[in-house]
Amino acid sequence: MIEVRNIYKTFYVPHKVQALVDVSVEITAGEVVVVIGPSGSGKSTFLRCLNHLETANKGHILIDGIDILDSRTNINKVRAEVGMVFQSFNLFPHKTVLENITLAQEVVRKRPKKEAHEKAMGLLDKVGIQEKAGVYPDQLSGGQQQRVAIARALAMDPKIMLFDEPTSALDPEMIGEVLDVMKNLAREGMTMVVVTHEMGFAREVADRVLFMDGGKIVEVGSPEHFFTNPTHDRTKLFLSQIL
Amino acid sequence: MQASGLDRNRSPLNYYTWVGVFFLVFTLIIGALYVATIKIDYVWRWYRMPSYFVNLEQVPIISDHAGSVATVTKSGEDATVVVQGDDGTANPYEIPGADVWVDEGDTIYAGDTLGAFKEWRPGILAQGMWVTLKVSLYSIIFGILIGLIGGVARISTNPALKWSAITYVEIIRGSPLLVQIFIWYFVLATLINNLLLKYGLREIDAIWYGVAALATFTGAYVTEIVRAGIQSIHRGQIEAARSLGMSGPQSLRYIILPQAMRRILPPLAGQFISLIKDSSLLGMIAVRELTKATREGITTSLQPYEFWFVCAILYLVLTFTLSMFVQYLEKRMAIQ
Repeated sequence: MIEVRNIYKTFYVPHKVQALVDVSVEITAGEVVVVIGPSGSGKSTFLRCLNHLETANKGHILIDGIDILDSRTNINKVRAEVGMVFQSFNLFPHKTVLENITLAQEVVRKRPKKEAHEKAMGLLDKVGIQEKAGVYPDQLSGGQQQRVAIARALAMDPKIMLFDEPTSALDPEMIGEVLDVMKNLAREGMTMVVVTHEMGFAREVADRVLFMDGGKIVEVGSPEHFFTNPTHDRTKLFLSQIL
Repeated sequence: MQASGLDRNRSPLNYYTWVGVFFLVFTLIIGALYVATIKIDYVWRWYRMPSYFVNLEQVPIISDHAGSVATVTKSGEDATVVVQGDDGTANPYEIPGADVWVDEGDTIYAGDTLGAFKEWRPGILAQGMWVTLKVSLYSIIFGILIGLIGGVARISTNPALKWSAITYVEIIRGSPLLVQIFIWYFVLATLINNLLLKYGLREIDAIWYGVAALATFTGAYVTEIVRAGIQSIHRGQIEAARSLGMSGPQSLRYIILPQAMRRILPPLAGQFISLIKDSSLLGMIAVRELTKATREGITTSLQPYEFWFVCAILYLVLTFTLSMFVQYLEKRMAIQ
């Protein structure tokens, strides 16, 4: 489903940083992969490369067999298949909750208004805030906003969902409601790549855990292996600091 | 002002004292001006001013034919004068209001006045204001169009677009508007009109070169306003839009521009208020807008004081109306 081969990413602004160094990984359909690591380890950059929000300098990224780093690839088509959930929600403040979810369906998927509307209401029901369809995002709590953002991404019927620290900007009491939605999604068999600091979520839901540091994937393994029996010193240090 | 605790609370008496000071100063200035004009024996004739807005004008009806008046017939309010031409034709002239100046049998030369009627006509100030309004409105519309295209080009990654936009903005912002108006009128207009004549086409009026000058001038500023507006929208917005599979132009249309519009509106209003005032420069290229009309009014009336005050007030009416309209738009957008 996702094949990452030897990608490199270097930022030059504000100063030269090697964010990704020779990263390779393969993620199969239906798999839930949690990416963890200290800040600045390149985990968000890695995730953002997967739907071309950042352009990897070198290497290949194949989404469903399509190389998104190939200049002939229509990136918009690939992105429509890859849902993204951001740390700061990034809901469209000038549109209602419902419009947030229907807009891309109508513009990108060319669905009729009615169909998009029904789809949106179904998804709002799924994330448990159907009654908020008519309000604007700034009238919602952070947890509600993030659930709308998840519904917005799901409305495109994506094959893959990317989560970039989806609970980091939330008040503690709202983290649970967002994680619950993500857990349900994982149970339904969605292919998910999740960058998070929620170790409980990683332990419970992940099929595999990637630990990144210094732009490299330091360790890959099942949650049991990772949390009980890490091999690398760097991983041990990180876990000792956060657990 | 009162809400913050930065200052001590002051008594209401203190407040009203300063309100009084404000009105006193205001009245004193106007009073001093008035007294000064009396001292130099200026006679204020405000009562004459309305006639420069609407005027009951006598419109003569002039014979195109030479001959003699055959009949003068009244029918109700109006009259008809038939001029029997020297060439044998009978030429009827309608005179509304029946103010006939000739009798049957009179000899008529071509160009003679047969009669007249009265009609309300807009005075010179009303005409000037209308031209100012028209010029400003066209310039605003074209200025917005230029500015939207320019603003988007300005932040494009395509160097041809981006550098064109930068060059345009820098050239326009770096030279005086009056010089630009002269270039439009004395260089481009003569060039274009001569070319048009050469190919047998109609010349373009000065007013349109004036509109072009104002629109390109405003467009440069609007370009910068639009650019700043677009760049003020959080990067996450375009990322969210693109991550849903929207193309660049789609994101711009559905996500970025609607949000940018709200932030653009206040500086845009300021720009358009400047534009209305700047249109006064078009008098220099023989466009009879409000300022030019005022000057013409003064040469015939010898009432400069009244005219210039009225002129300023008329500009105020235009700019104030615009700023009220924009405030209304802002409120409406905020509710959305």
